[in-house]
Amino acid sequence: MRRMLGIGAMVVALACAGQYVAAQDDTERGVERYRQMLKDDPWSNPGLLDADRGEALWRQKRGPRNASLEQCDLGKGPGKVEGAFAELPRYFRDADRVMDLEARLVWCIEKLQGFERADIVKRPYSKANQAGTELEALATYVAHKSNGHRFMPQLDHAKEREALAVGEALFFRRQGPMDFSCSTCHADSGRRIRLQGLPFLGKPEEARKVIGEWPAYRVSQGTVMTMQHRITDCFWQMRLPQIDYGSDVAVALTLYLVNQAKGGEITAPQIKR
Amino acid sequence: MRILSLIAVAAAAALALVGWHLLFAQEADVAASVDRAIKASWTKATPEWQARLVQDETQKLCSQYRNAPPKAVADAIVAREKATMQYPPDGKFMGDWKKGEKLAQSGYGGRFTDYPPRTENGGNCYACHQLDRKELSFGTLGPSLLEYGKIRRYAEGEIKAAYERVYNSQAIIPCANMPRLGASKFLTIEQITHLVAYLMSPESPVNK
Repeated sequence: MRRMLGIGAMVVALACAGQYVAAQDDTERGVERYRQMLKDDPWSNPGLLDADRGEALWRQKRGPRNASLEQCDLGKGPGKVEGAFAELPRYFRDADRVMDLEARLVWCIEKLQGFERADIVKRPYSKANQAGTELEALATYVAHKSNGHRFMPQLDHAKEREALAVGEALFFRRQGPMDFSCSTCHADSGRRIRLQGLPFLGKPEEARKVIGEWPAYRVSQGTVMTMQHRITDCFWQMRLPQIDYGSDVAVALTLYLVNQAKGGEITAPQIKR
Repeated sequence: MRILSLIAVAAAAALALVGWHLLFAQEADVAASVDRAIKASWTKATPEWQARLVQDETQKLCSQYRNAPPKAVADAIVAREKATMQYPPDGKFMGDWKKGEKLAQSGYGGRFTDYPPRTENGGNCYACHQLDRKELSFGTLGPSLLEYGKIRRYAEGEIKAAYERVYNSQAIIPCANMPRLGASKFLTIEQITHLVAYLMSPESPVNK
C-alpha cells in the first residue's frame, strides 16, 4: 500500500512538475533511493567503512611516540568519544583556542602520537573515488559515535562566544573578485545553483536538517567529505585562496553553523549527492 | 515632580548613550576578531591571493548592512560604482550572441585550480539565471532572464542598460548579489558586449 501511494505520488509529481524539475529529480531521486536503501539496511552505508577504519586508527599505536589516540580529549574528558561531536566546536584550555573536531584531531595526533603538524595536514582530503584519508576516517568515526545525539553548542567560554560572533560576521562577509559571501547562496529557501539545491543556513529549521549530515559519503565522489572540506570547497567557489586546515575561520564558521543547527540530530555519515 | 521626570529622562539618555557606545565597542571588537581570524587562516596563500580577502568600501558596507543599506549609504554605493563604468571604445554595445551563449554557460575562471588559465573566464550566468528556455539546468539565485530583450521591445536604451547591469550590477542595485563582472575585470568589455547580444538580440535563443 505504501509503495502504491509512493508510486502514485511520483506520477502526480511528475505530471505537475515542469521538464527541468524532472531533469533535476533524476539525480535527487537517485540519492533518495540510496537513502531509502540505507534506512532499510543501515550497514550498507559506504561511509561506515571509513568510520570503521577511523576506529581502528584511533586504537592503533602509531607515530614517534608509539601511542594510540585513545587518551585524546575531545571535550568530554580523555578517551570519551561518544557524544563528543555534538558539543564541538568548543574551547580547549590546553590549546587555548576554540577547536572543531578536525582541528582537535590534528592536535591529538601531534601531541599524543608525536607526528609533525605539517605532515598531518599535508593531504587532508581524498580525491574522487579514493578511500578517505586518515583524517577523514577519524573524523567520520568520531562523528558517527554521536549519531542520534543533538547539537549542543558550547558558549560558556568567552572565546566560544567570540568565535560565534566571528562566524556570524564571516557568514555575511562579502569579499573576493565575485563579491561572494556565504549568504550569497545560503540566505533564502528553495534556491539553486544550476540544478543543485541550496540550504538556507540562516534558518534554523533548514540548518538542523543538513549540518548533522557531515562528514557525509558523497555518491558523486565515491568518498567521504568532512565539514572542513565542505567549507574549503565553498571558499574555492567564492574564488578565495585555499584555507588552512583547522583554521580559526573554518572553526568559527562551523560554530556558527552548529549554533544555527542547535538541537538538530546528528546522522553522520549521511549520504549526499 | 518635574525635576524627577527630568532626572529620569537624563538617566535614560545617559543609559542609552552607554548602551550605544557598548554596542559600537562590541562591533569594533568583532571586526578586529574577524581580521585576526582571517590573518591566521590563510597563511599559505601568496600575498597576491591574500589581497582577495581585503574588502573594498562597497563590500565592507554591504557586509555591515547585510545587503540592506540605509538610503544614504545605498546612494553613496551607487555613485561610487557608477564612476567605475567603462564603455566599449567603438560605442557598440551588441557583440556576437553566439559567443555570449558560450560565456553564459561557462563557469570557468578565478578559482585556485584555474591557474595558469586554460581558457577565458566565463560569465556563468546559468548558475543563477534562466535564459534560453531549452537550457533546463539553470539556477534560481537571480531572476529569470527568459525573453529579456523581447520583453523590453529591443529598445536602444535597454541595450545600454543591459551593458551597465552586467558591467557593474551595483551601479544599479546597491549590494546586489550579482558580481560586478566588468568593474572587477573578471570579464572584458568585449565579452560583456557578447553577453548583451545574448540578452538583447532578436536572433538570440533567449528571445525565442
